[in-house]
Amino acid sequence: MAEVIVVTSGKGGVGKTTSSAAFATGLAQRGKRTVVIDFDVGLRNLDLIMGVERRVVFDIVNVISGEARLNQALIRDKRVDCLQILPASQTRDKDALTKEGVGKIIEELSKDNDYILCDSPAGIEKGALMALYFADQAIVVTNPEVSSVRDSDRILGVLQSKSRRAEEKRDPVKEHLLVTRYDPARVEKGEMLKLDDIREILAIPLLGVIPESESVLKASNTGNPVIMDQESVAGQAYKDAVSRFLGEKVEHRFLEPAKKGIFSRLFGGRAA
Amino acid sequence: MSWLADIFRSRKPEPATASQAKERLQIVLAHERIGRTREDFLPKLQQEIVAVVARYVSIDPGRVNVSLDRGGDMSTLAIEIDLPGPGAQGGRRASA
Repeated sequence: MAEVIVVTSGKGGVGKTTSSAAFATGLAQRGKRTVVIDFDVGLRNLDLIMGVERRVVFDIVNVISGEARLNQALIRDKRVDCLQILPASQTRDKDALTKEGVGKIIEELSKDNDYILCDSPAGIEKGALMALYFADQAIVVTNPEVSSVRDSDRILGVLQSKSRRAEEKRDPVKEHLLVTRYDPARVEKGEMLKLDDIREILAIPLLGVIPESESVLKASNTGNPVIMDQESVAGQAYKDAVSRFLGEKVEHRFLEPAKKGIFSRLFGGRAA
Repeated sequence: MSWLADIFRSRKPEPATASQAKERLQIVLAHERIGRTREDFLPKLQQEIVAVVARYVSIDPGRVNVSLDRGGDMSTLAIEIDLPGPGAQGGRRASA
């Protein structure tokens, strides 16, 4: 039986897809059989971030409506073994997702995978509800910024009331906080919410802190999940987060501003 | 010349805004979390209060103002109902 993980946030643009791609790749790199599903029907982007956009033939809606078999829609990653991507439809709308349809897909994928990652769309409408409904665990992606923290709190409420686990009164969905776009230099200046403040407000266990980093844009430009960039602080922070997810004790890094030399001060160098 | 700006910036620090962010979040979330477990009682409260007043005085439902200020320690709910003067049509109703 696979573990179903939803990557969610409520707010858009905080890094759900970047995190889903990095996490799925990271789990597969650790030898876990992993599928990552794009639930953003109508606005799919996971295919681009994963660099498989030219290999999409069928999508999740085709599978639900019986136009294609699951195996035909799954895209096998060429860089990492045991990683597959199930793209969203670009032409349909989110009503094409049904509980029965999604449930069947997850059940089938559960048979020969360790992890099923569900990349949620923004909002708390149909697509987001479908993405979180079957979740055993949730990675809540949050930026150090008021609207993102508020929306994360809201989505935690939805997880606690609208997930299948909540409906069936089973153990609640296990929640993890993933803070992204964290800029320790701005935190030090008092311009950005501190990690401790976000933790205090949301009060869920911290999985990782991904520092603001130029490498995230570079990664999406080229369609390589940022976790594959060994040089990048964001990539390293994702690797750490994956290790913690798998139960290892790893210290949090990149929480303090990088010591800048005179040259980077003069020329405005930023974190890789 | 950004290095010059860097040097001067450290001289007069702007007030830190992160603490305001935290405080505002704590207040708004405290209220939103209550709303999650209980349905929003305000519309019903307003309806019932107005209904009670209307039992005694004829009022114009369009001239009822409700304002709410959610604070950390205390919130205030103000309900303002315009009562028609003695000359107004309708006047007082006999109470049951």
